[in-house]
Amino acid sequence: MIDADVIPEIPRGVRVHRDTVRNLWVLLAPERVLPLDDTGQAILDRVDGTSSFGQIVTGLAEAYAAPRDQIAADASEFLTSLQARRVLDLKS
Amino acid sequence: MTVRVAPPIAMLAELTHRCPLSCPYCSNPVELSARDAELTTAEWTDVFTQAAALGVLQLHLSGGEPVARRDIVELVTAARQAGLYTNLITSGIGLSKRRLDELEAAGLDHIQLSLQGTDAAMADEIGGYKGGYNRKMQVADWIKELGFPLTLNFVMHRRNQHQLPRALEMAEEMGARRIEVATVQFHGWALKNTAALIPTREQAMEANQMVADARKRLSGRLVIDYVPADYHSEFPKRCMGGWGSSGLNVTPEGLVLPCHAAQTIPHLDFASVRETPLTEIWYESGAFNAYRGTDWLPEPCQSCERKTIDFGGCRCQAMALAGDPGVTDPVCTRSPHHAALTEMTAAMNADSDQPLVYRSAPPVHADKDVQDA
Repeated sequence: MIDADVIPEIPRGVRVHRDTVRNLWVLLAPERVLPLDDTGQAILDRVDGTSSFGQIVTGLAEAYAAPRDQIAADASEFLTSLQARRVLDLKS
Repeated sequence: MTVRVAPPIAMLAELTHRCPLSCPYCSNPVELSARDAELTTAEWTDVFTQAAALGVLQLHLSGGEPVARRDIVELVTAARQAGLYTNLITSGIGLSKRRLDELEAAGLDHIQLSLQGTDAAMADEIGGYKGGYNRKMQVADWIKELGFPLTLNFVMHRRNQHQLPRALEMAEEMGARRIEVATVQFHGWALKNTAALIPTREQAMEANQMVADARKRLSGRLVIDYVPADYHSEFPKRCMGGWGSSGLNVTPEGLVLPCHAAQTIPHLDFASVRETPLTEIWYESGAFNAYRGTDWLPEPCQSCERKTIDFGGCRCQAMALAGDPGVTDPVCTRSPHHAALTEMTAAMNADSDQPLVYRSAPPVHADKDVQDA
């Protein structure tokens, strides 16, 4: 699980893009196009390079009226998988 | 046959065939496009706009050496205005600090820098350009200084494979998040140098192991994309993710190809962006439909459980090695042509001290009688 005070950041060279032809959100990175589902898009929407993981989880839990633990687990798994692919930085 | 054709994701724009290097493994055709036949700035701009509307998300600006185009900054600006993720595939030769600043201001997303070797002796011998390595290292410093997202592309073959560990270190030192370790593929000019460059079977196994180890060790730090030596593989590569399924290629003079080497297949006709809309070429042209889907697959592919994994492999390789673009890629151990390939490869490996044949520069004029020196 990502620590609450870690700050996720989308690095330069990676961007969230609205694909109007396929009608979905994607993450564009070098040689990679990662389609985002609603959950992924909602999480990345809150990744601004200043909000901590804890703040992001709190925001999501309030917005979706969902249990904080569940949100934290899902968001941590998603962001960790992006970090492993070097399309997201986790700053501690 | 009803194949539901999805829009393409990526486009390779070969802006020019001009290049200061003369690498023996160049995969561009033996006959290069002349400078005065290249698409203009306005024509490329229109192609980028059409591509984005068609569904292309990623644009690779390539060549030849794309920065040999004087309008490279304008082209990057146009690509970004079209909404494309824009990647520059370069040797670095010809890039000044000022030009890099301009490309950054134009919104270039990413740079892919080629590496011919990890020291000047190797890199300059392979690139055929004395001083090239030092200039490349200077460009790498500037890229790092600017914080440009970078992928290092190490083109690997029997002569430089021992430098792979150093190439991985260099990628990290340069601040790259990603490295492509691409074993030479034999298309275009490279076919003249197969014997000199093809790794041995032992080298191929060793490379597989080195990459597997490095992926574990560098997990979360450096992403490694790997193209193995397919002549020594059990199954063929999933070429282009399947013909006409996800990518397209535009030559310097505007011909649209399903893959980089498709012009080696004699029965295919290629439409030009100068005459035909890109959408029509992608969905309706004969060349793009020739090997789409799986209905066209011959045996042993048709009844093979891997047919939607590799789609029979590479059509251009089937053409080059078996003389027929419609057969199973001879790289596949299930291909009837595989034994002959194994024999040829073994013979080449046994007699590998062949001199490198360096590629020549393209003509300036399309009329081949007026070649400039």
